[in-house]
Amino acid sequence: MAVTTMVGAKIHRREDPKLITGHGSYVDDMQLTGMVHMAVVRSAQAHAKIVSVDLTAASKAPGVVAVYTARDFKKVISGGLPVTESLIADKKQTPNQFPIAESEAVYFGEPIAVVLAESRYQAADCAELVQVEYESLPVLVDFEKALEKGSPTAHTGAPDNVAWDVNFNGGDLEAAFKESEVTVKERIIQQRVFPISMEPRAVLANYVPFGNQLTVWTSSQVPHFIRLFLCIGLGMPESQIRVVAPDVGGGFGSKLRPYPEEYLAAAASKLSGRPVKWIEGRTENLQATSHGRGHIFDIEVGAKRDGTLLALKITMLSDLGAYIGVFGALQSSLAMLLSPGCYKWKAVHGRAIGVLTNKMSTDPYRGAGRPEAAHLVERAVDLVAQELKLDPADVRAKNFAEDFPFTSILGMVYDSGEYQKSLDKAKEIVGYKALRQKQADLRKQGKYLGIGLSTYVEICGVGPSAATAHVSGSLALVESSVVRVHPTGSVTVAVGTHSHGQGHATTFAQIAADALGLPYANIEIREGDTGDTPFGYGSYGSRSLPVGGVSINRSCQKVVDKAKKIAAHMLEAADEDVVFDQGQFYVKGSPDKRKAMGEVAFAAYGPGLPEGMEQGLEAVTYFDPPNFTWPFGAHICVVEVDPETGEVDIQKYVAVDDCGNIINPMIVDGQIHGGVAQGIGQALFEEAVHDPETGALRTGTLLDYSIPGIGEIPNLQLDRTITPSPTNELGVKGVGEAGTIAASAAVINAIVDALSPFGIKHVDMPASPDRLWKQIKQAREHSNGGKEARK
Amino acid sequence: MIPAAFEYARASSVEEAAKLLNKYGEDAKVLAGGHSLIPLMRLRLAQPKALVDINGIKGLDHIKAEGSKLHIGALTRHVTIQNSAVVKDKLPILAEVAGEIGDNQVRNMGTIGGVVAHADAAGDYPTIALMLDAEIVTNQRTIAAKDFFKDLFTTPLAADEIVIEVVFPVANGPHKYIKFRRRLFDWAIVGAAAQKMNGGWRIGLTNVGPTPVRATAVEEALHKGAKPEEAAQHASDGLNPSGDLRASPEYKKHLARVLTKRAIEQAK
Repeated sequence: MAVTTMVGAKIHRREDPKLITGHGSYVDDMQLTGMVHMAVVRSAQAHAKIVSVDLTAASKAPGVVAVYTARDFKKVISGGLPVTESLIADKKQTPNQFPIAESEAVYFGEPIAVVLAESRYQAADCAELVQVEYESLPVLVDFEKALEKGSPTAHTGAPDNVAWDVNFNGGDLEAAFKESEVTVKERIIQQRVFPISMEPRAVLANYVPFGNQLTVWTSSQVPHFIRLFLCIGLGMPESQIRVVAPDVGGGFGSKLRPYPEEYLAAAASKLSGRPVKWIEGRTENLQATSHGRGHIFDIEVGAKRDGTLLALKITMLSDLGAYIGVFGALQSSLAMLLSPGCYKWKAVHGRAIGVLTNKMSTDPYRGAGRPEAAHLVERAVDLVAQELKLDPADVRAKNFAEDFPFTSILGMVYDSGEYQKSLDKAKEIVGYKALRQKQADLRKQGKYLGIGLSTYVEICGVGPSAATAHVSGSLALVESSVVRVHPTGSVTVAVGTHSHGQGHATTFAQIAADALGLPYANIEIREGDTGDTPFGYGSYGSRSLPVGGVSINRSCQKVVDKAKKIAAHMLEAADEDVVFDQGQFYVKGSPDKRKAMGEVAFAAYGPGLPEGMEQGLEAVTYFDPPNFTWPFGAHICVVEVDPETGEVDIQKYVAVDDCGNIINPMIVDGQIHGGVAQGIGQALFEEAVHDPETGALRTGTLLDYSIPGIGEIPNLQLDRTITPSPTNELGVKGVGEAGTIAASAAVINAIVDALSPFGIKHVDMPASPDRLWKQIKQAREHSNGGKEARK
Repeated sequence: MIPAAFEYARASSVEEAAKLLNKYGEDAKVLAGGHSLIPLMRLRLAQPKALVDINGIKGLDHIKAEGSKLHIGALTRHVTIQNSAVVKDKLPILAEVAGEIGDNQVRNMGTIGGVVAHADAAGDYPTIALMLDAEIVTNQRTIAAKDFFKDLFTTPLAADEIVIEVVFPVANGPHKYIKFRRRLFDWAIVGAAAQKMNGGWRIGLTNVGPTPVRATAVEEALHKGAKPEEAAQHASDGLNPSGDLRASPEYKKHLARVLTKRAIEQAK
């Protein structure tokens, strides 16, 4: 019988006491002798020629240690920031990004100079004294206009602004539309948003010339990636660079890439001979940390009158910013590949065009392409239902994929799913039938209740090397682990992921405790330090558990296999006669004579091992999953919209999620809570706004940019179904992004449903009161309803 | 998010504060609760050469009802006004307004004098002060609210002039303040206040222009017997609000009408 005491247990996160009592150790908590503070002078223009950079005043500022520009950094940094490839493109253009601008600034906030000073205050004052002379160039803010013939270009001398043009086609689209009895078209906008982690970015770099050693502490999701790219950029051997991502206060995808400041701080330490600390301010964080989303989708949907979905045609324009985000192409691909959702289609054709503009890069933000896909397909289904006057739950039921593994029309193989079951459960919890009746009754009183469904499927467990190598520069996105059982039975598990809120120290220890049959308290999880963990791929894409967790489990199994041989030797029995159960080895049929894993561990380091066996009890695994994993679920949001003010009141939110087997239900619930909050944030509150003329950020502070707080997020009613993943032996799928992926569509579908009596068919995000008020007003003024209202 | 360098002085009396302000001149700022000033300094939108901290001055946080007047000391924190039995009895609308400002941290630090002197168009107390004909008492004179809120962030306060107290009339009849906002802790997109007083209505609006607005046209219409819904149509008379990321001018005017109607209807 397998040990099942820890996996599935609802235990508190062991990292919390430290973090919530202020004993965490973040980059800004670290002090080194001789440390100086770096401030970055950023472009005050979105697109300009840099005529001159005058450092005279700055060089004389109190406390200044050094002032550097691109010219200085070129001595120590070569090449540019890495960029993943887009999938097979008809056209490609990848501007090279050196970490600091020299002759042309192409986005507001791009680094132009850095100053080092003895204190953080002096560095900030000194940065203000750097005089940059600009010659303004045409600024591209509107990415649709940037595609027009004759448009100025985001980079001087570029042929145009098209970074890529890629097709994702499955099925015969023409035939599918021919078969369709009804078609609907819509433009769906995914506004640019800020990821906003609680801790902004932070870097501390210490270069020691004797021994040519560089240590970089950085607030990152991917310490091993950072080391890899720093070694390339700085021309140093990996063995001489140690990157540590210590406690990190959130990332949401914005910290899964190397940034200019990591190169600049490391290089500045090399140039100045001093340890260099850079702490990002919140204003900088909004300007210079990657943004999320930023797309326009034009869709056309074809269906039969009975609600059978047939055809989906998508044109996706992506606002990439001036430089393609390191994983910008990946999120665009995911948006396309997941656009069929959990439905059977005859044909889905998508065309993704990446457009360069004079803005900060867009890169993954919680969900990275999947929220976009879910939003678009869940809106598409509702548009069909509204057009045909069918219940959106029935249209979904009619089209759900049923037989698993299911190959989507775009060729993705969904490992397991029970879509109808999760929708039924959500409907039951929310009281769907009664709600529809209540909605009808309230409408008679001039009250507008809306019920929004979102039945999503997503992709996690990045990823099988065969599928990911060509978008990751030939890296296999596998995950590594080393499990080392010490002589007295305590265990160090070193893994290549990184925890910045996910609770790995808890869940990974739960897995290892069960697999090794040792107490949970004996298990120490190490991650984030390239000095004592194997090369790993970090945490993003809800991959830590289905790839890293499985890797740990496999290393544990290898350890158990060796331990079993030792135990058999100790018990004077044949290997195959020994059973491992609840941490005890014994000969089949005689459980009285036993050896505990702890005893075996001690023996493993001693004399008298089986012939030919070396001492020690440890194992390494690089787990390359055979497939991705495919979590899914059904969210139902109930809103009331005040038609007089356009205010949206979320009255109920039910989320039924299926992420396969569960290691720790409390952590799963926490992930859903946070994810849904961010989805609601995008649906109702958030939008990164640039001045259309200057490209400057109009939402430059958290006063102007609204993220939801405790007052805005309703009580969520969470439940789950469990459909184990056949992709890995733990049956797990991943849950870090599910809430965000599902939520925006649920909220917007609810609002549209509430306002459908006005003839409104679509609402863009954020569904702010002024936007909704305007839409309702226009719909009321135009007797022919919603179509006019959206113009 | 790093403020520019500044000098800091802590005053223990109003006289000392005035003296310090005199010394530093126009470049000095008074630090009370700091919840508007410090964010501006962190963004370097404000770069005062000196801060004169008045938090150590005793006797500026009184709440006193005298006859038909309610005196509230400038250093009185929002939380104190929110919970004051005297305010709840004599001018309940003010306690309610105080309870709607920011979050607990803001209410624990922010002061009524600071809000009034800052004269932000989105401030809530100025609306109440204006509509009720409150008086702002400084170390030099007494200024009627209608003469105090001159323009956005602009008051007649001299460089060495400090708000000592705000004097409101007692008004405990039906009242309502509706603060329309995106998020619980946000500033008002538009606010509307209604207070029944001396047999008539006082109507005030927040954030529909550079200063708070008293909607006299609504008051007059109500006086002439118009229904709340009809009278509230006048709430946007003469308004010319500027648009921002949260609301267009048209929407703000619309909100002024809707919220005024609701405030009158919901007043109790």
